[in-house]
Amino acid sequence: MTALAALIRRDIKIALRVGGGALIGVLFFLTVVVLMPFAVGPDLALLTRLGPAILWLGALLASLLTLDRLFMADHEDGSLDLIVMSRTPLELTCAAKALAHWLAAGLPLVIATPVLGLLLNLDATATSAVALTLLAGTPALTFTGMIGAALAVTLHRGGLLLAVLVLPLSIPVLIFGVAASEAAITGPLSFGAPFSILCALSLVSFVVGPFAAAASLRHGLD
Amino acid sequence: MTLIDLANPTRFLSLTARLLPWLAAATAILLAIGLYQSAMAPDDYQQGATVKIMFIHVPNAWLSMFVWGVMSLAALGTLVWRHPLADVAAKAAAPIGAAFTFLALVTGSLWGRPMWGTYWEWDARLTSVLILFLMYLGLIALWRAVEDPSRAARAAAILTLVGAINLPIIKFSVDWWNTLHQPASVMRMGGPALDRAFLIPLLVMAVAFSLLFLTLHLAAMRNEILRRRVRTLQMMQASRRSA
Amino acid sequence: MRLTGSGVRCVRGGREVFSGLYFEAASGEALAITGPNGAGKTSLLRLIGGLLTIAGGSISLEGGESELTLPEQIHYLGHRDAIKPALSVSENLWFWRDFLGGEAFDPAEILVVVGLDHAAGLPAAFLSAGQRRRLSIARLLAVRRPVWLLDEPTNALDAAGQTLFAKLMGEHLLRGGLIIAATHTPLGITARELRIGGAS
Repeated sequence: MTALAALIRRDIKIALRVGGGALIGVLFFLTVVVLMPFAVGPDLALLTRLGPAILWLGALLASLLTLDRLFMADHEDGSLDLIVMSRTPLELTCAAKALAHWLAAGLPLVIATPVLGLLLNLDATATSAVALTLLAGTPALTFTGMIGAALAVTLHRGGLLLAVLVLPLSIPVLIFGVAASEAAITGPLSFGAPFSILCALSLVSFVVGPFAAAASLRHGLD
Repeated sequence: MTLIDLANPTRFLSLTARLLPWLAAATAILLAIGLYQSAMAPDDYQQGATVKIMFIHVPNAWLSMFVWGVMSLAALGTLVWRHPLADVAAKAAAPIGAAFTFLALVTGSLWGRPMWGTYWEWDARLTSVLILFLMYLGLIALWRAVEDPSRAARAAAILTLVGAINLPIIKFSVDWWNTLHQPASVMRMGGPALDRAFLIPLLVMAVAFSLLFLTLHLAAMRNEILRRRVRTLQMMQASRRSA
Repeated sequence: MRLTGSGVRCVRGGREVFSGLYFEAASGEALAITGPNGAGKTSLLRLIGGLLTIAGGSISLEGGESELTLPEQIHYLGHRDAIKPALSVSENLWFWRDFLGGEAFDPAEILVVVGLDHAAGLPAAFLSAGQRRRLSIARLLAVRRPVWLLDEPTNALDAAGQTLFAKLMGEHLLRGGLIIAATHTPLGITARELRIGGAS
């Protein structure tokens, strides 16, 4: 446990210090959400209806873009070699890295949601519904995205390839995240059903993500 | 205050050390007078007491643009004249400008609340200010992304100048986008015909906020210079010995 | 303790780098891998460290801790120094000490040994190439590992640094450790030479 705690502490420290990208993700989220009205028009009624979808898309893209560096930075400076060789099971290490990444880059997105809800004219219920679904859903985005990040690092390609690999995998999270938010705002479905599925997707990703990422790291570190 | 006199960071530090208390005092006095006058100003016959938000909002909005102007000058100083204090000035101004822009946004949305019924309306002016805010945040992110400040300086200077050229274009586009969708803005902020009873407190507040910026900017520049000295000392410390 | 490789074959990107390689090193012994560029010195180290998949033959450690795999008993000092510039020198060392696990030693004392105690609180970004190397070497001392895999360990080290490192390697051998180093330059300790790719 010391090993994992040390890893989480280190990754969060790096993300928050000069040169770390944690807060750039929030800025990106903000920018994407601000761009939407320019594309669809400043009609508040329309923005209210699209609000949950816009916020979810923004959060999805923001968490995806910050994932790029999840393993790449450790690969470039040789830390990844030592991490793979260490006595901590690689699956746990991957899970710890993803957790640290979510704390530094995913959680701020959830915290920023109320402010962005204001821009999209969402009322308090709608904003808290979206924030709650993001809180339950962004871990799934991080943990599935980690698979793409691990594949990308073994292929020495990042950026767009990562996006192409990961975006299809995150479709279920997007579907149920937006569905749960919509259900809380307008109905007629109940909030509980899609939200439970969203939580289930997150739980599945906690298992699948670390194993798949560890497998691809083990076999690809040439 | 000529540029040559202040070119030397040490002279800048000693001069500003003497200047800053006076500036801070003047700012405090003017702010107090301005706030008092604002509070005493009559209510608007249409907007009621909410019009008083204007006395905070307008100076902030004006400074949000003015600070970008200051940074653009500093950017020219970095790129053209290579003035040693230019990038210090640019770096120190960015967070202050972002803070003024943020206050302009918050006061604007508070002001708009009774008019619109919502905290945010995609009104052309507020939207432009929001984009300006995003650009400030981007600039701060750029400064923060690079550990060595002198390396970040040139990149930030180029981005600042590109921003200065683009801001009018963005402003124009947003106006066009807004009128396309929404023929008339609900509210004209700080409309053209201002009564003297509003004009004088507004001018006092504008001067007070400008002084506030000057005070904060000089103090932030001092901090930045000291921070760079600490950094240099640390680097000397690191290379001191290795045996 | 004895590290043995028999009939080791290495394939990188579809090209055979070497094959039928035999080597062994016992406790207290150092093995210096030499050979021209591209002979596969780094690849051999990474094969032993489990970072590359072995294409044929086997590598095994007798007499180590039976519950641990070979890579888990190895310190690997590669070309890249695994140092985060945003963290301080001492934070970097503490992280590897805590993360690698096993029998651990006091980072503050180790920084004195490698001559970086004056920079302990400074960001690692301020270190020179040689100092970064010293910080990597400090990692080898922070937790105990019987096998040291060193890739061009004396690169970027000044004369004093090389002497210091030779002394540290000597102490490691005396404690019953073993060292396998890929190198162009003399290590400063007695080492058997394993020359690979020497035919061409």
